[in-house]
Amino acid sequence: MTVARFWRKIPQRYNLIGTKCETCHRHFFPPRTFCPDCRREGKIVDHKFAGKGTVVTFTIIQTAPDQFASHGPYVLAIIKLDEGPQMTSQVVCDPGEAKIGMRVKSTFRRIATDGESGIIHYGTKFMPE
Amino acid sequence: MRDVAVIGVGCTTFGEKWSESFRDLFIEAGALALEDAHLSGEKIDAMYVGNMSAGRFIEQEHNGALIADYAGMATRHIPSTRVEAACASGGLAFRQAVIAVASGMEDIVVAAGVEKMTDVEPGATTDALAGAADREWEGFVGATFPGLYAMIARDYMHKYSMTREQLAQVAVKNHYNGARNPIAQYQQEITIDTVLRSTMVADPLRLFDCSPITDGAAAVILAPMSRAREFTDTPIKVLATAQASDSIALHDRRDISTLDATVAASQRAFKMAKLTHKDINMVEVHDCFSIAEICAIEDLGFCKKGTAGKFTADGETALGGRIPVNTSGGLKACGHPVGATGIKQVCEIVQQLRGTAGKRQIDGAKIGMTHNVGGTGATVAVHILGRV
Repeated sequence: MTVARFWRKIPQRYNLIGTKCETCHRHFFPPRTFCPDCRREGKIVDHKFAGKGTVVTFTIIQTAPDQFASHGPYVLAIIKLDEGPQMTSQVVCDPGEAKIGMRVKSTFRRIATDGESGIIHYGTKFMPE
Repeated sequence: MRDVAVIGVGCTTFGEKWSESFRDLFIEAGALALEDAHLSGEKIDAMYVGNMSAGRFIEQEHNGALIADYAGMATRHIPSTRVEAACASGGLAFRQAVIAVASGMEDIVVAAGVEKMTDVEPGATTDALAGAADREWEGFVGATFPGLYAMIARDYMHKYSMTREQLAQVAVKNHYNGARNPIAQYQQEITIDTVLRSTMVADPLRLFDCSPITDGAAAVILAPMSRAREFTDTPIKVLATAQASDSIALHDRRDISTLDATVAASQRAFKMAKLTHKDINMVEVHDCFSIAEICAIEDLGFCKKGTAGKFTADGETALGGRIPVNTSGGLKACGHPVGATGIKQVCEIVQQLRGTAGKRQIDGAKIGMTHNVGGTGATVAVHILGRV
């Protein structure tokens, strides 16, 4: 991912800044700038998520893409945030420990590395609460 | 709207075709389809070509024009359009061609699909395929395609009582069918043990739960029904065309292990054809992973949610079963050149309806269905075809 493309989403990726619609009070993470329910009646504002949620489903990635290969097997999950929306993230735990329904909290971690001399991407992962 | 018929089909063999280029593949498939329709190229009015990612796979965009050119159509300046919807590109190209003929705008139209996936190293191929999901919010955090479908599988196995062996039977059945299909990438039968002992890719999915990387092309020729018998004694009628969309990311779905776009597209198709699932003699579904076939046969309405594992293990989806699924070998054994898959599915159903499917033939087949998925279910195309 190029520098500008990564940089413009740093608040969202580092600090779980999503959005919410002030018309219907629905929360969005990943952020949306257009409410699919209220459409043009919607009023979208930024919203900082508390970073707590529950594992909906997960997998253990054994065959990883190059930029994630140094991590070894990792737990990838869909997490339902307490505010409502679901997001995809990694869970930092022993793969054998991962369970559906597990409570997790967000943590700031290294996500991926673009080769030996490329950019290191940081962002939000989750860990058991 | 006019009735539309398929008057010719052609498909290359599928596999790792090192000696053949993108251009070689689509020309071969197109020539086979024209020959099958007893048609010369001068009669063609328009082309729609399904292709997911030639830009990534062979660094070539503008493929509608390229294909028209190398198929010898550029001097006649016919309209040629590339259609992209990830792995559903072929199904959508077919649908666009059907709409063009049904509308009366065009008469003789080619719907084709082509993908050349082995001209880049495998890491680049899988990265291009990851573009079918949400790059910003799935791919960025380490989601792979097997990983996303593995999360569907785990959700499914948590909610319903499907065993790992029942899931493996999908691949076993599709390899059995592939062994009877001369164009299939893998023509070897396997056992449940083959699947369970293969390398773990994304838990619980193993290598033999996954469709392969494949080169290949397929083409079909459409005409208005009123003219079909000028070209063939066995026209196959397009009884329904339907398409549906859903969220690009798996995490935004209403239910992780139901493809709502499959449900919506199949309901639209059955309504258009005035048929129910009981009228379908065989179906080609999008088994990019074993779990995808399990979800598909439920979401298309062939069995109740949560029962497809047992349904498969009981042989109901095998050749000679209640509803044979993926007689071609499916994406798993026949192979999955992504842009070509949706067209290959139509080729297989047409062969079944003509009674020319050889060792895979379903006796007395009258009506067949195709189901082509883009990504984890953000696009679905469903078609119903019938003998006349």
